[in-house]
Amino acid sequence: MSRVVVTVMPRAGVLDPEGQAVQGALARMGFAGVEDVRIGKRIELVLAGDDPEGQARRMCEQLLANPLIEDYSVEVQG
Amino acid sequence: MTGRPLVAIVRFPGSLDHETARRASEAAGAEVAWAWHSDTELPPGTRSVIVPGGFSYGDHLRCGAIASRSPIMAAVRRHAEAGGLVLGICNGFQVLCEAGLLPGVLRRNASLRFICRQVELEVADAGTPWTRGAPPVLSMPIKHNEGAWFGDPAEGRVVLRYRENPNGSVDGVAGIANRAGNVLGLMPHPEEASDPLLGSTDGRALFAALVA
Amino acid sequence: MRTAAIPLHRQLGLTDAEADRIVELLGRAPTDPELVMFSLMWSEHCSYKHSRVLLRLLPTTGPQVIQGPGENAGVVDVGDGWALALKIESHNHPSAVEPFEGAATGVGGIVRDILAMGARPIALLDSLRFGELTSARSRHLFSRAVAGIGHYGNCIGVPTVGGEVAFDACYEDSCLVNVMCVGVLRPEGLVRSAARGAGNALVLIGNRTGRDGIGGASVLASAELSADDADKRPSVQIGDPFTERKLMDCCLELAERGLIVALQDLGAAGLTSSASEMASKGGVGLRIDLDLVPLREPGLTPAEILVSESQERMLAVVEPERVEELVAVCARHELDATVIGEVTATGNLVATAAGQVVADVPAHLLADGAPQYDVPQRPAPPPVPLDLASAPQPEDLAQAWLALLARPNIASKRWVYEQYDHLVGGGTVRRPGGDAAVVRLPGTGRAIALTTDCAERHCQIDPRGGGMASVLEAARNLACTGARPLAATDCLNFGNPEKGSTGWRLAEAIAGMAEACRALGVPIVSGNVSLYNESPGRIIFPTPVVGMVGVIEDATASVGHAFVADGDAVLLAGGGEPRLDASEALGRAEGAPPRPDPEAEAALVDFLVRAARAGLVRSAHDVSAGGLAVTLAESAIAGGRGASVRAPGGRRPDEALFGEGGGRVVLTCRPADEEALRALAGGVPLARIGTVGGAALVVEAGGATARVTVAEAAAAWERGIPAAVEG
Repeated sequence: MSRVVVTVMPRAGVLDPEGQAVQGALARMGFAGVEDVRIGKRIELVLAGDDPEGQARRMCEQLLANPLIEDYSVEVQG
Repeated sequence: MTGRPLVAIVRFPGSLDHETARRASEAAGAEVAWAWHSDTELPPGTRSVIVPGGFSYGDHLRCGAIASRSPIMAAVRRHAEAGGLVLGICNGFQVLCEAGLLPGVLRRNASLRFICRQVELEVADAGTPWTRGAPPVLSMPIKHNEGAWFGDPAEGRVVLRYRENPNGSVDGVAGIANRAGNVLGLMPHPEEASDPLLGSTDGRALFAALVA
Repeated sequence: MRTAAIPLHRQLGLTDAEADRIVELLGRAPTDPELVMFSLMWSEHCSYKHSRVLLRLLPTTGPQVIQGPGENAGVVDVGDGWALALKIESHNHPSAVEPFEGAATGVGGIVRDILAMGARPIALLDSLRFGELTSARSRHLFSRAVAGIGHYGNCIGVPTVGGEVAFDACYEDSCLVNVMCVGVLRPEGLVRSAARGAGNALVLIGNRTGRDGIGGASVLASAELSADDADKRPSVQIGDPFTERKLMDCCLELAERGLIVALQDLGAAGLTSSASEMASKGGVGLRIDLDLVPLREPGLTPAEILVSESQERMLAVVEPERVEELVAVCARHELDATVIGEVTATGNLVATAAGQVVADVPAHLLADGAPQYDVPQRPAPPPVPLDLASAPQPEDLAQAWLALLARPNIASKRWVYEQYDHLVGGGTVRRPGGDAAVVRLPGTGRAIALTTDCAERHCQIDPRGGGMASVLEAARNLACTGARPLAATDCLNFGNPEKGSTGWRLAEAIAGMAEACRALGVPIVSGNVSLYNESPGRIIFPTPVVGMVGVIEDATASVGHAFVADGDAVLLAGGGEPRLDASEALGRAEGAPPRPDPEAEAALVDFLVRAARAGLVRSAHDVSAGGLAVTLAESAIAGGRGASVRAPGGRRPDEALFGEGGGRVVLTCRPADEEALRALAGGVPLARIGTVGGAALVVEAGGATARVTVAEAAAAWERGIPAAVEG
């Protein structure tokens, strides 16, 4: 049994209106020096099988991320 | 079989606008059959397909993402590749983009809020089966949270543009078709613009195209 | 949880006297789970212990009533073989703590109440009140509550077609979120909640049970909010509209197939409340095996399972031989359906866990055993008429008019209703923005009109008059669209009835509502009470929200509020005198607004309906906040054309323009139809006050003239709320 964490983020260069909205809110609340905010998703998978990383990557390619606007990264935690 | 052209309307868990699409199709002279998400074939004799609006799978993960991977979509793809007409409305448009049957993707509205509003659309391409003979401006309602089309317009045919871009769509795209023109996706709701009692009837042209 | 110093019953919110009463009724001390169950069932929110006596004053019967108060929703016959189910409910305290989910789950709960009657929900309305938008906290609560209602309502596919939103400092700490739902059903398809048939199965349908809301709605709703409410946050329920949609389709199919003996939704106090009410109503008992309840996480104690407020769950009583079919239908809708117990003949609610009985209580003691309290009646000082000298006259009437149009209480609510899908279902004939929403009655050529209204400032000063005014405003709003009022539901939002004059205000408001309902022939068939809406130093205005439904015989013949054509005659119907007392223009709850005349207003309502049916009315718009000047401006903005009008009455020009009070409606008609309208009006006052036309609104009053262009008025009115929310 492996625990795999997938992080799906908006691709660099793609407008992230949610990130911008949060950046504005933080500034209004008095947090100085917030240069950038980008908001994505964290997906935690518990996988059986002997190739959890490969499996997770295939899941990303086939469902979990939309390559037009999202990048993904996969981390096997053990 | 009645001899009327058969329109198949796809239904996913969470589809909402299938009944109104059925009424508009029947008013245009079609016979309607449901195509369930778990079916592997469209109803026999299907002439055209509608993928209707709603919140399939609660919009979870990404709008239309889970629905686009349903068994029925392989049959919809075959139908489209054979030149059959496919109309994707709102969530249906999202499903067709996620399925790769249309270019681009629909993203969160720039205002980050749901918008339910009557809008005016300019017909940008009057050469598609959907827009032949249509007036230059159509009035229809939009009602969506993720309606900002993002992509390269040159990968398809821009069919409808917002007169006043309400959601940040690239190039003001409200509706886009594939290069062949037989698959159209649009965020506005033609089925909500097909009854004089409810306002505009500008949506009727799209349903007429399904049975032509 | 239990500390040595404070007895458990007090921690749970029961008084010593109530705890003693429980021991006396049971004949023994309660187990801990039983005590928790009593504390929730006997809380104000569940038992109405402070309001039950007073609620009996409301008229609840009539030839159209199929089901009055006492079930999940009221049901009225609407003709053509159809009936309507309607109810309004509050979710105030959860929304103050977590506005998005609080408002969202408020929608979920009221929809399930309609579903539990076997009705298909076809419309939602929401009545919202917050502190002034100059407060960051109120801006936050407002925007998140609206987003939450949209999130849930849009995803389940029920159009949110109307409602209201108002702002006043009194709501700063105690916001109000009331949600109304209307559904359609065939009278023969009515489902009730009384369990029956010893040996019948008890089936739990829908989402798994977790720790949501433990101590939530019931306890929050029975206590005033204080500074340490941030840590009540984990108790707030999270809504799942996708599952609710599946639940809606499933329950309607189950009802259609006749698989259900009784149905109840799970809301405040969860299983305990639903099971005890089902058993008590049916005069039977229920035995529940808590080990069979599907759980979302392990380790819930029996008490937690019994009171969990996890959302999107329904409880059904089913004949044993039909359980398999029911489970199969639920499976097709991708919903769990689990037999968790059975109906017995004992009259007791018995819960077991790990083979042990953890609770064994006569169901009626939980459902109906709470003591009924008389609320203290300490009258507030009588209203003092406004000293006009204390309200300076505006130097520039036109500027004052534009400023009034931009006030959040008056300005366009488009910012709100564009976040709601108000079209789904293809039945919305008149969209939000008018006096009432109009929705097609499916399967007929008719339509229903819906509205929620409340005159809270009036109630603060004169609760009896304000109670009347709230009911009458709702009826007028329906009649403006051409609908004859049919039935009402009410949500009584008040402060702590044990303190000050609140108890007296509650009694007075109810008396006023009752009188107005009787004059109109409109029964109140369901409703909700929300008390303790106050914080140290701040009590909300008495806010009895009235939700009302009316019928339009021809769906194509509803009437709007927009001016239609240049040259049309502008008429003022109704005999009220405009007064600055308690008006929005005055901006404070001061003065003595005139007490309504229910008989005269009922005659006005009847005239409006008959005039609409005769096809004589081009537009109709109720005069409310902001007075005649605002009513005219709204009709002009909607119609894209102005008018020249003489504003009658009032002691000063600004009072004639902006004064409120006394049922008045602005009508327009074709000049040729004015005589026929006059004939139809009979004894209802009807004055010709002007003519539609031009690009400006010109109003003359007491020798002064105010002029604004329609474009200026539109700009001010449209900007009001976006400017206040977004800056």
